[in-house]
Amino acid sequence: MGMRSVLSPVFCPLSSEPRRAFLAAALALLAPLARAREVAYPAVRPRELVFPRDHGSHPEYRTEWWYVTGWVRDDRGNDFGIQVTFFRNRPGVAEESASAFAPRELLFAHAALADPRHGRLRHDQRARRAGFGLAQAAQGTTDVRIDDWWLRLEGDVYRTSIAARDFSLALSFRPTQPILLQGERGYSRKGPDPAQASYYYSRPHLAVEGTLGADGRTVRVTGKAWLDHEWSSEVLSADAAGWDWVGVNLADGGALMAFRIRARSGETLWAGGTLREAGGRVRALAPGDVAFRPARHWRSPRTGVEYPVAFALRAGTLDLVLEPLIDDQELDSRASVGTVYWEGAVRALAAGREVGRGYLELSGYWRPLRI
Amino acid sequence: MSAARITPWGAVTGGALRANGGRLVLSVAAIALGVALGYAVQLINQAAVNELSAGLATVAGDADLEVRGPRAGFDESLFPAVAARPEVALASPVVEVDAKLAGDRGELALLGIDVFRAGPIQPGLVGEGEDGLDVLRPDAIFLSVAAADALGVKRGDRVGVLAGLEPVELRVAGLLSARTPGRLGVMDIAAVQDRFGRVGRITRIDLRLRPGTDVAAFRAALQAELPPGLVVARPEASLRAATSLSRAYRVNLNVLALVALFTGGLLVFSTQALAVVRRRTQLALLRVLGVKRRALAVTLVGEGAAIGAAGAALGLVAGYALAAAAVSIFGSDLGAGYFRGVTPRLGVEPGSAAAFFLLGVAAAVLGSLAPALEAARAQPGPALKAGDEQRALARLATPWPGLALWAAGLAASFLPPVRGLPLFGYAAIACLLVGTIVLMPRVAHAALSAAPRPRAVPGALALDQLRGAPGQASVSLAAIVAAVSLMVSMAIMVASFRQSVDDWLDRVLPADLYVRASMTTDTAFLSPADLERLAAIPGVRRSEPLRAQRILLAADRAGVALLAKPVDPADPARQLPLVGAFVVPKPGDPPPAWVTEPMVDLYGYRIGERIELPIAGRMAPFVVAGVWRDYARQQGAVMIQREVFVALTGDANANAVALWLDPGASPDAVSRAVAAAVPGGGNLEIATPGEIRDISLSVFDRTFAVTYALEAAAVLIGLVGLSSSFSALVLARRREFGVLRHLGMTRRQIGAMLAVEGFAVSAVGLAVGLAIGWLISLVLIHVVNRQSFHWGMELHVPWAGLAALGAVLLALATLTALASGRQAMGADVVRAVKEDW
Repeated sequence: MGMRSVLSPVFCPLSSEPRRAFLAAALALLAPLARAREVAYPAVRPRELVFPRDHGSHPEYRTEWWYVTGWVRDDRGNDFGIQVTFFRNRPGVAEESASAFAPRELLFAHAALADPRHGRLRHDQRARRAGFGLAQAAQGTTDVRIDDWWLRLEGDVYRTSIAARDFSLALSFRPTQPILLQGERGYSRKGPDPAQASYYYSRPHLAVEGTLGADGRTVRVTGKAWLDHEWSSEVLSADAAGWDWVGVNLADGGALMAFRIRARSGETLWAGGTLREAGGRVRALAPGDVAFRPARHWRSPRTGVEYPVAFALRAGTLDLVLEPLIDDQELDSRASVGTVYWEGAVRALAAGREVGRGYLELSGYWRPLRI
Repeated sequence: MSAARITPWGAVTGGALRANGGRLVLSVAAIALGVALGYAVQLINQAAVNELSAGLATVAGDADLEVRGPRAGFDESLFPAVAARPEVALASPVVEVDAKLAGDRGELALLGIDVFRAGPIQPGLVGEGEDGLDVLRPDAIFLSVAAADALGVKRGDRVGVLAGLEPVELRVAGLLSARTPGRLGVMDIAAVQDRFGRVGRITRIDLRLRPGTDVAAFRAALQAELPPGLVVARPEASLRAATSLSRAYRVNLNVLALVALFTGGLLVFSTQALAVVRRRTQLALLRVLGVKRRALAVTLVGEGAAIGAAGAALGLVAGYALAAAAVSIFGSDLGAGYFRGVTPRLGVEPGSAAAFFLLGVAAAVLGSLAPALEAARAQPGPALKAGDEQRALARLATPWPGLALWAAGLAASFLPPVRGLPLFGYAAIACLLVGTIVLMPRVAHAALSAAPRPRAVPGALALDQLRGAPGQASVSLAAIVAAVSLMVSMAIMVASFRQSVDDWLDRVLPADLYVRASMTTDTAFLSPADLERLAAIPGVRRSEPLRAQRILLAADRAGVALLAKPVDPADPARQLPLVGAFVVPKPGDPPPAWVTEPMVDLYGYRIGERIELPIAGRMAPFVVAGVWRDYARQQGAVMIQREVFVALTGDANANAVALWLDPGASPDAVSRAVAAAVPGGGNLEIATPGEIRDISLSVFDRTFAVTYALEAAAVLIGLVGLSSSFSALVLARRREFGVLRHLGMTRRQIGAMLAVEGFAVSAVGLAVGLAIGWLISLVLIHVVNRQSFHWGMELHVPWAGLAALGAVLLALATLTALASGRQAMGADVVRAVKEDW
């Protein structure tokens, strides 16, 4: 018996999509909360991000995540995609409770391993209420844990340990570049209304070292990863259906983040991104600077959902083709955040030549976000 | 004629069937009734236990271990300590409260769960709300289908649950899966803690261990670290604890049903014994014609088996129908109150159906075994002659088996229970009964020889007949003795029990008015402020608050009631129905605890002994200062002084309060004042001692209703057996009546002779039955009841009832004899003499 039957009712509303899409989760949350108006969340307004304080949790905001994705290679030259995500959510219930079990803060975690030889994504998930030192998101620095899954910043290096159902990860992520503030110095707009925004920064080009275990074997790996930390209270426009998002560590040392928000009709509601060139010059991408054009589709044999797993992407001056490491990187998280999405390792090609590696997220293809 | 063509079955059984159709039908019916009762009781018990275990299984889910403690719970800090242990894959904390619903809507088992942790272990407890957050919202409750049905509510409705005396309004956010049994409500754990005064406390932690963990070793290691009063055990232990209370009751019902089957077997015996006697010459002729002994015996036993099979098959069908009817009328505990909130579904159980079928066949086969062997053993020569019937039954008169059974029975009545069941007690009763039946021919002969010889010819002849042929009468006697002794023993036991309960109620209800928030739930209580307000009501002279908690002393036993009220250690008998002596603790001794009889039986407590009880997370020392009688709590109870309880727990609330009124104060007026004096007073139950007594006795009578019914069935079978064997006997003596008529006796005189015979046989049977019944009632009271329920009681013999019973039996036996005689003395009685050759 999996967690599915049990947890899915819990999370359908909290749900929706992880990461950028998880912003939309708040959207779904809004409906029930609007009725009761159990709590007032702080609004996201432009402000200076302060570190290391802003590496830590912001429990007063509705949603927050720490999202690590990357490519690693073992000493035999096998490539793997890895994903470690911790979500924090303030559901706005039981805020007045005197109980130590009060569900003021909920924590979720996803972990995934893409291995071309395995053919499809291995993934696992956890969900807990914060408390008793068993599940927590610390303030002041990155330190999130659910039982024996954790991600934390030790000095300058992020470390994680994940013991999943059918794989394990023990990795360190060493920054090699400065923090990349998204949007307007960390204030990232998600729609035409200025209230639809998040605080958002990234750590591209993290040097990965550590071990991963699967099929009873543990191998040493090295590679490159990307960390996103994002928190917010408000959400998207009501007719948003989902997201396409990509973050690429470019081979020349540059970094690209691009996203679009799709309407139910399929058209693009909002788009944006950031390009940091190898030399360090940062260019914010306006909605008109970003275009996602599906190049190839793949249908999941499990859910029947069709995903555009390959794209032609225009982001400012860059014209890239995104090709997945493997097609089947669907992540069924109905059991935790209550949705099905595609989150996968991709190669970025220009003129047929690999110019970078990153992660692509496709959400809202299973079902439109519930509003 | 070739011997090879003669099949014993065709020759023996075919003829017997034609001649004895009526009695065969009776035998089949008797077996059917016995099987039906046994199977019905089994089905009902099984349905109730299945339902209970399904409920517990849902609550326990597929946990490997569970940590449990007193009803008041334990400190929640244990949860992270246990959850963080490396062997633990998932720990799920639970707060369980028995909640009382506002507006007199009954009770609800309320579970507070952490949905994130309970989900993987107990999926049946996770409901689906209007949105996903309902499982976390403090005002949301999810009800099982049974609870929603019982309360008549649906999603979106509101239910009030008492916290103290005032209702907490909850919104029914949804229903649990239809497969989740029982009367359950589920809320978020934080909400239950907050709203029902449980902050900081939980009552259970369910554990799932990592694969490969040595469960037994981990259990032992964790148990050693737990605070006093907590146990870690496999979930099955909860089921054992939950069913242990009703187990003895269920076994008792099964035994009663088996008694009905036993009397059915006795009826087969009497039918077959007489059939063999009647067919003696035919059987002998068959032997002469070449049928082997073995074949004859097999045929006669086969007859019994056929009767048994037919009866058992009918019985299974009837049993299912009976069970269905009983459950719909009485409920699954047959009115005994063991399975509150359990809605059983009857299932056909192939295993137990097969078992009862075989039992039915076995009873009939055993009943026909002795006559069959006897018939096969008989020498064909003498048997062909008339007047040899007596010899056929002579073998049954050997005294040694009977005496051995008696000795075994007496010895068995002194043995202890086996796994909480009075198995030796039942064995003792069976031995005494069967031993007596086996000894009956001798006893009857001795009794009748001692009787004076009547002057009148019919009377003298009757007595001569009985003295000369006690074997024939012994079959009737067996039926009478069995029926009478069972009836008498049960009557004495139930009368003793009821009278003891009646006396006990007098002693435990000394006050003028009883005010109760709830004795069985956790959420409803009277606060210290409420108690002060009640004590200040004009007309109230004295008030005595009572607190009831539950503590756990053993993993596989039900929790023990921990009671606290003001008791004077120097004079405890004034406030407690003490049994035997008491001790007054000396200065420097720990405080006194007065325990009930089950505590003595189950936990071995002795007066004067120092004990430790797990109260509020630590072991508190006490001295056992006395033993009191408590028919209310079969699992045992410990009474301590209120001040000691408050000092140990800091809990000064009360479940109930007894009020003594000023002379002349009106109980009605005070009742109204009580309801008005405290907030939420409308949710109090207020009763006079008389009302409580009436309710208690009606509960008692309801509990024994099924016992009465089963007993009546057993007796009915016995009486049917009696009249059937009597009429068979009489029919077998048609030649004798013919001779008597030839000798000049009138029909009237023969009728009188038969009436005297009937009367004499019944009188002997009745006397023996009364004596044995009295003896068996002692075993029931002091062995079976004590070992089953741990309740002591005083012997009360219902003389008037027994006298009436005896008179009815005597009259019935005499009339049966007369009626059979009339039937036997048709026109051809005279000609029957010619049957002799």
